[in-house]
Amino acid sequence: MTKSIAEINEKIAKGQAVVVTAEEVIDIAKKKGVAKAAQEIDVVTTGTFGPMCSSGAYFNLGHSKPRTKIGGGTAYLNNVPAYTGLAAVDIFLGATAMPDDDPRNKIHPGDFPYGGGHVIEELVAGKDVRLVATAYGTDCYPRRKVETLINLKSINEAVLFDIRNAYQNYNVAVNLSDRTIYTYMGVLKPHLGNATYSTAGQLSPLFNDPYYKTIGIGTKIFLGGGIGYVAWQGTQHNPNVVRTDKGVPKRGAGTLAVIGDLKQMKPRWLVGTSFIGYGATLTVGIGVAIPILSEEILIYTTVKDEEIFAPIVDYSDAYPQRNPDILGEVDYAQLRSGKIKVQGKDVPTASLSSYSRAVEIANLLKDWIKKGEFLLTQPVAPLPGVESGITFKPMPDRPFEKVD
Amino acid sequence: MNTSRKIVLRFPPRLVDQPILYRLVKDYDLQFNILKASITPNEEGILVLELSGKKKDYDEAIRFLAGAGVEVQALIKDVSRQENRCTHCGACITMCPVGALIVNPQTKRIDFLDSKCIACGLCIKPCPVRAMEVRL
Repeated sequence: MTKSIAEINEKIAKGQAVVVTAEEVIDIAKKKGVAKAAQEIDVVTTGTFGPMCSSGAYFNLGHSKPRTKIGGGTAYLNNVPAYTGLAAVDIFLGATAMPDDDPRNKIHPGDFPYGGGHVIEELVAGKDVRLVATAYGTDCYPRRKVETLINLKSINEAVLFDIRNAYQNYNVAVNLSDRTIYTYMGVLKPHLGNATYSTAGQLSPLFNDPYYKTIGIGTKIFLGGGIGYVAWQGTQHNPNVVRTDKGVPKRGAGTLAVIGDLKQMKPRWLVGTSFIGYGATLTVGIGVAIPILSEEILIYTTVKDEEIFAPIVDYSDAYPQRNPDILGEVDYAQLRSGKIKVQGKDVPTASLSSYSRAVEIANLLKDWIKKGEFLLTQPVAPLPGVESGITFKPMPDRPFEKVD
Repeated sequence: MNTSRKIVLRFPPRLVDQPILYRLVKDYDLQFNILKASITPNEEGILVLELSGKKKDYDEAIRFLAGAGVEVQALIKDVSRQENRCTHCGACITMCPVGALIVNPQTKRIDFLDSKCIACGLCIKPCPVRAMEVRL
């Protein structure tokens, strides 16, 4: 049995496509068998909703009168600095950017109440944001300072551009030390006091297409409550990790770079986020629809939490010291049970990514497709797979001579 | 001068089996009224109590508690959740010492059981979207 994306899109346009979520497909395939399920089901929808630090947005602010060359100058949105090393009025705001006067971790653990992710959330919510920009002044761009309110309606482009999202698997974080530590995996209590993890497991996009057979460059996706596209593989995309027999990576592996018009996104799906003692970021909602082109593709989408394994990593020492040791592997069914065993001790678990919101995304995407509002796309190029030979490089220290 | 305050005491596992409260009565002549307690062997213990007595004795008793390794904090009046802010991730559930924040097995959402909440405030800062609020 094989289907083409064109055939599936025809059914979607007629409102006849059979669409189920990556959670629902598990039971359907179990009851009906893979062959029948693959024949009947056209699309499986996935979702994930978690903190994703390599997120950001670029803006074209429009031109002030007289003109200002913000490029090469400075720009702040609600006191959060944006990158200005671009043309006159293009700026990029990163999710982890923080006001210059934020105390960071001067008094540890810092609070990090407001950063780039929060600015993005406020913009998407339709709020006015304070733009303060300085420039050095040129003959064609004479003005040296701009202080004005802007919002998503008043500016030209506003584009969410996340260079690494939707990590295919991630570490389970614990703390072996005798003090509480404050990490991007949340607050970790001493002596294995808790364990945190951050994926949607069986609902997560790349767990349902482990070898990137349908998700590629150009794939249309649910992004932040609107429509987005896979722009490229994400940074640190690393397909060559240890995998299960069914191809599911047992370590952090593939990633996606995604892009989409911020103006049609919603604040429910782009939420400013703060990790005490670590920093500010953005929680992003992503959903990918997988066309069931063959039985093989369907089998991948039936992956369930007990078949997905993640490494347990000590964030008090092994992680910061870039030491590859792990404390074992655990599956997502165990993680979701609320308790795992590490070094013989029962350790309570907590998730940083919202499973209920991931379900909601998969269902929203399902509704869009059922209503004929969301057609599937053929990737224009594949993501690098296992055959690419990509390896994940560390950064060795190579001292250089300092010259005055 | 007399004083009376509501405080939260957090006992590390090594102190859970020691008669700390007895010392407050015997050595510092204080009265206490336990409002809530949650003590499990080998785990952290939490005690919410109203402590009253002479101001000087009270201050000395607090110093004694801190010196013994008990964390002392003033009782926050009330903790609530901004429902429109919470994303139901679950980062809070291992922060709560009394199980007032739990994953609902059906909905996979996080239930906040405010009848169980002792208003210790430990969930406030670890919430990534800062949905937990203190009302004073």
